[in-house]
Amino acid sequence: MFWDWNYVWEITPTLLRASVVTIQATLLGFLLAAVLGLVLAILRMSKTGWISVTAAGFVEFIRSTPVLIQIFFIFFVFPEFGIVLPAMAAGVIALGLHYGSYCSEVYRAGLENVPKGQWEASTALNLSPYITFRDIIIPQAIPPVVPALGNYLVALFKETPLLSAIAVLELMQTAKILGSQSFRYVEPITLVGGFFLVMSLVAAAFIRQLEAYLNRTLRNPGGAR
Amino acid sequence: MQLRPLAVCAIVFFTAGLAVSSFAGFREFIPGLLQGAAITIQITIGGSLLAVVMALIAAMAKMYGPLPLRWLAVAYIEVFRGTSALVQLFWLFFVLPHFGVNLDPMAVAITALGLNVGAYGAEVVRGAVNAVARGQWEASVALNMPRALALRRIILPQAFVAMIPPWGNLFIELLKATALVSLITISDLTFKAQQMNQTTFRTVEIFTIVLVVYLALSVLITVGMRTLETFAARGIARGR
Repeated sequence: MFWDWNYVWEITPTLLRASVVTIQATLLGFLLAAVLGLVLAILRMSKTGWISVTAAGFVEFIRSTPVLIQIFFIFFVFPEFGIVLPAMAAGVIALGLHYGSYCSEVYRAGLENVPKGQWEASTALNLSPYITFRDIIIPQAIPPVVPALGNYLVALFKETPLLSAIAVLELMQTAKILGSQSFRYVEPITLVGGFFLVMSLVAAAFIRQLEAYLNRTLRNPGGAR
Repeated sequence: MQLRPLAVCAIVFFTAGLAVSSFAGFREFIPGLLQGAAITIQITIGGSLLAVVMALIAAMAKMYGPLPLRWLAVAYIEVFRGTSALVQLFWLFFVLPHFGVNLDPMAVAITALGLNVGAYGAEVVRGAVNAVARGQWEASVALNMPRALALRRIILPQAFVAMIPPWGNLFIELLKATALVSLITISDLTFKAQQMNQTTFRTVEIFTIVLVVYLALSVLITVGMRTLETFAARGIARGR
């Protein structure tokens, strides 16, 4: 007997409850990544040499090392320096840091695509750099890169099972516990796989729609048809 | 990317500082970590080879295969890109034995990571083949070449050059994903680090060294792929 439907119905509620934790971790992690990414992108584009070099070094370093080690580093090493974090917080911070450095490259592409003339026009209009950035540059830089950010949201979502390594009770950890209680791993792990597949496909479809919508409105600013 | 060396320098100095501050304790865990690194490298190489093969097969099936094969390729690509690498790893590790397939953990690791990265690679291959100028196909038809021969002799060699940089990124992704195999009891670098962390409590040094080793391996892949790219681009870029 490979597949037991009764067992599936029995464990579904538990897995659904655990999926809430997975989704929480995804959203919190991505919120951090989105903010941190923008900060890193701005720092990397700074005209002060050491700031941009440090930011670039940080981004390249984070992107070149496994996120699992980064999770361990935050969870096991930070306490040595007196920063004790609960597992969930450590995991969310690690995911946010990792994907923040990916997002920073996306933001950088968006920021660099804003024509220089926009900066010059703002200077001519006597706008302060902060106002220029907030009201002129960001609104033009962010919408075109939203689909790319969306792809990283899906990628981050697919990395959340790593949090099981530091015993966060998310989907994968719950599936493993269920499996070890009943010695039936087929159903829980397949269900978790199915859940990720469905969520990823839905998210990918949503991102395609968003991309199409943005393409329509960006070519046609102000919504005039 | 050109800033990688810079990051390397910073980390190397950081580690050197740590090493100087506690050299005696350092020597005991270096051999163990190196053993782990050897396993990590083995899995990376095995997984990369499988990934390249799977990517080529899946891309060719998706682009030129008969309909059922095309569906199979699409299903493979979507399933492996749509679920987590860790879930795939656990699925192969825990679920396959129920179907009577008993692979040893190393084989599971290489298969899971190879299949995972292969699915991403298939899209890279497809993109690169599509990016070859249409005139190349037309010229092959004009020369009365069969499609398969044109693909093998004319299109793929040109696509190959365009594929190298994205494959470099995928190999780095694969290297980073090998850290997951520690969770299915393989004593790779990450596993050794955790083991030593539990016995020695030298948390800071151990995890810093591990990060540096992964960084060094990533840089090695980047440098290797750059070299391959310059090597492969010779003679081909001239035609454009």
